[in-house]
Order: sequence, then C-alpha cells, then structure tokens
Amino acid sequence: MTAQPQHLTASPRTGGAVSLSSARLAYGERVLWDGLDLDIAPGEFVAVLGPNGSGKTSLLRVLLGLQRLTSGTVRVAGAAPGRGNRGVGYIPQQRALDPSLAIRGRDLVGLGLDGHRWGLGLTGRRDRAARVAAAIESVDAAAFADRPVGLLSGGEQQRLRVAQALVGDPSVLLCDEPLLSLDLANQRAVSTLIDARRREAGTAVLFVTHEINPVLPLVDRVLYLVDGRFRVGRPDEVMTSETLSQLYRTEIEVIRVRGQIHVVGAHSDLCEDNPHHDHEVG
Amino acid sequence: MANFFDFGLTLDLLRLPFVQLALVVAVVLGLLAGVLGPLIVSRNMAFSVHGTSELAFTGGAAALLLGWDIGNGALAGAIIAALVLGLLSRRSSEYDSVIGVVLAFGLGVGVLMLYFYKGRASNKFGLLTGQIVGQDFASFALLMACAAGVFAVLAVIYRPLLFASVDPEVARARGVPVTALALVFAVLVGVATALGVRTVGALLVLALMVTPAAAACRVTASPLRATVLSVLFALVSAVGGIILSLAPGAPISAFVTAISFVIYVVCWAVGRARGLTRA
Repeated sequence: MTAQPQHLTASPRTGGAVSLSSARLAYGERVLWDGLDLDIAPGEFVAVLGPNGSGKTSLLRVLLGLQRLTSGTVRVAGAAPGRGNRGVGYIPQQRALDPSLAIRGRDLVGLGLDGHRWGLGLTGRRDRAARVAAAIESVDAAAFADRPVGLLSGGEQQRLRVAQALVGDPSVLLCDEPLLSLDLANQRAVSTLIDARRREAGTAVLFVTHEINPVLPLVDRVLYLVDGRFRVGRPDEVMTSETLSQLYRTEIEVIRVRGQIHVVGAHSDLCEDNPHHDHEVG
Repeated sequence: MANFFDFGLTLDLLRLPFVQLALVVAVVLGLLAGVLGPLIVSRNMAFSVHGTSELAFTGGAAALLLGWDIGNGALAGAIIAALVLGLLSRRSSEYDSVIGVVLAFGLGVGVLMLYFYKGRASNKFGLLTGQIVGQDFASFALLMACAAGVFAVLAVIYRPLLFASVDPEVARARGVPVTALALVFAVLVGVATALGVRTVGALLVLALMVTPAAAACRVTASPLRATVLSVLFALVSAVGGIILSLAPGAPISAFVTAISFVIYVVCWAVGRARGLTRA
C-alpha cells in the first residue's frame, strides 16, 4: 500500500503538464490562496485536499479556464487554460443523471471528443466512432454503452465519465471528486482506470478529493489547502500531525491504520463526509 | 358530426390553394418542432415553451388590435419572452414560478386586447386554437425565412448545444459557452413557437414542440434516432391534424393534439415494455 512511484521527484520546470507560479486567487477581500507554485510532471498523480471553501474546486476552475487568477501565471498542457485546450480531460463528480435523458453512454463519450466543436461534424464519422469505441473498450464499458445513461449505476456512469475524459487523448486529467458516492469496489475500479492511464500514456492527474485513502497508493504528491495556507509534498510529508496542525492552526492528529490515513480533530473543518461544495464561489 | 369522416369533402378541400399552403406550412413546422423537440425535452423546457407561446399570443393579439400583421406580432412577443426566460438560470428555483407569473400576465394582457378588438371573432379564436385560413403569402415568406434561419443557426451550434443540454457541467468545463447557448436556443425556440402559434394556436403549441419529441425519447436513447422519430411524429401530427380538421371544419389543434397524444401513449407503452424507462 505504501509503494511509491519512481517518477515523483524533481519535476522539471520545463515541459510540466500543469504549471502554476505565484498564483493568487481572491474574491474581493477573501484570499483563497496566494503564492502558489505548483509544477506537475507528465504522469504525476497529485491529490488536492482541504476543507470546503479552501479553493480546491476554484483551482480546478482556474485550470479549466473558467476562472481567472487574480495574479500569477498558469499553463496547462503547454497552453493557456480554456476553450480549445484539447490537452485537458475532465471527470466530474458522479451525479444522478435524469433517467429519461435521451442519451446513451456512447453519445456521452463522443461528446467528450468533439462536443465542444461547432458545426454538425458530418465528416470523419468512422474515425470518430472507432475512437469512441476504443475509449469505451478501455474502461470495459462496452456491455452497457448503448443503454440510456440515466439508467446505469453510479459506477457504470463514472466509468463512462473516465472514457469521456480520456477519449480526446489528454495530457492532463482534472478530476473533481470523481469517486464521491461510489461504493468501495467502484472507487477502486475508477481509480485503477485513472492510474493505468497515467502510467501508460504519461497523463498528469490532478485529483480533487475530500478523502485521500481510496487513492493513497496512487498519490505522488499532495496539495493541502486550508484557509489560504497550503503545503505541497509527498503524502508522508504532508499528512502528518505536525504539518496539518500548522495548516489548521489547531491540534490535529494523523493516525495511520493499516495503510490508511485518518485525520482526527477539527471535525467541522475537515468534513470528510460532507462533500457538497459550491461551484459558483467555492 | 356526420361529416367528420367525409373523405369526398376532404379531398375536395385538399384541392384548395389555401389548404395546400397550410399543408406546406405544417411540413415546415413539423420539421422545426421535430428537430428542436428533443433538445427542449433534454433541457426540461416544456413549461418555458408554453410560456413563450402564451406571450406569442399576447404579441399576436396586440398586432390584431393595432392592425399589424399577426405573425409579426406573435414573433415579437415570442422573441421577447424567449430572451427574458433565457436570461433566467435554469437551476434557479425561481425559474418555474417566473414563467408562471409572466405567462399569466401575458395571457391576461392578450385577453384584454382581444376584448377591445372589434374585428372578426374567428381571428380571436384562431389565435388561441389555430387556423388554416389567413395563411397568406406574405406570412408564408416570413415563415420560410424564419425556418431557414433557425435551421442555419442550429446547424452551427448543434453539437455544443447537445453537449450543454445533456451534460452541462462537463460541457462548461470543456469550454462550451453554456449560458450563451441557452439564450440562443431560447430565441430559436421562440421563433419556432411563434410560427406554430399561427397554425396550431397559442394554447396547444406544446403538442408540436414537446409531445413528438417526448414520445421519441420514450423509445430510443440515441440523439440521432430521437430526432428522426421526433420529426416523423411531428410531421404526422401536423399534417394529419390539418387533413382531419378539413371535413368537420373544426380547429386544427384538437386533431394535432389528439394524434400526438396517441403517438406518445403508444411510445410510452413500447418504451415500458422494452425496459427503457425506470418508472
């Protein structure tokens, strides 16, 4: 459970999949984070942790180009974030899709490939179908890809979400609590798919989560955000009583039990089982 | 009731130019409604279509009172309504109630305008329940231009619009301008609704804009197949409704709604039997 991947250290300044320097994000008086420097190397798996309102989702929004930094610079997949950045894949939280929605898993994956492009997309249908089929195959979803997506289980939907994010062959994968509301087996299935991708294709993964344990064996580095303070480092550096106590400015105890990490203290702030976060402001 | 199924009379009436014009209008409307319908259903916009059509009625009534072209009035009313409703967030809890409030007020204003209108009573009734007479060539040209415009815009925005309709969160993350598309789509729906008001009447535009697509979505989950079926159902409803209304001389909307409702019930049963719905 504690095996560390080999490529975690000394991420080069150039060629980083994600690169933030002196990044500051503030809403009026309220500073979510400031002076954030983060370089994520290709193939690296970075977990973003922290309580609600600490700016985890806002960081994702910055990398997706939905939110501008107050100051500092950001590069994602070698370009400015935003529309047309084809190097970015995105996996959202699992949310119950409307059972009556007239869309199949195959269509959902296809939209991940070219749904952002204008026009009807009448050319290259065969190539498109082949790429979509390959992505569906890679997450082992062929058996249910032609059923209405709203009728699928949460785990099945989330596997299709992985295919949807990967079908465009991204070099950076941004994940917003993708394991939330999945059972343990499906959490493992989905995180294994993400892990396989970054090992095979060198896709960098930025993984926002409340709960590090399901992905702990995969995590190279942790970015832990609390009230404008943050710490970046290996899990065994950041997830310690000393570091978290400094971040939370209160007594925190980190207990390791059978390869898992449990954070004790300041429950109302940690809220590991209180997942809702605000997409408009958070 | 005796001439309800008088086929001889129906055939005679089908030779009349204004009836043939109405049938062409029905085909165009069927195409428009059929293509827009699945997106309307995906976006849960049935009530907003109803609100838009009621404001198209208000615009038409105002035009009637002022002696302007009813079609232009309906178009203006529907586009204003579409812009207002399109600017409201779909997620907002106010959305439904604001539509209800605006719809009721618009309908009331329209009723007042009809009360002041001293012209032919059939014009008033026709605005609410549809008519085939009075489709002159000027309004026909407007219809064709509007329909062509809607299809042209749709051809450009279809893919991102579908993405934004079925999967808004990921679409936004992928850079699709979800909010702007909502506004553009609301205007497209407004234009189509206004055209429908002229034929089917303000009260029952839903029978063309929503019912065929809702029926199609009961039997398939493929967006392409849903669109093809929705167009087919809308064409059958619109054209069939006009043909059936000829002999009895009854309002078109009664037949359009009846046909589309039967199609919906059949599709619902088929979907149920094939396990395509959960409830």
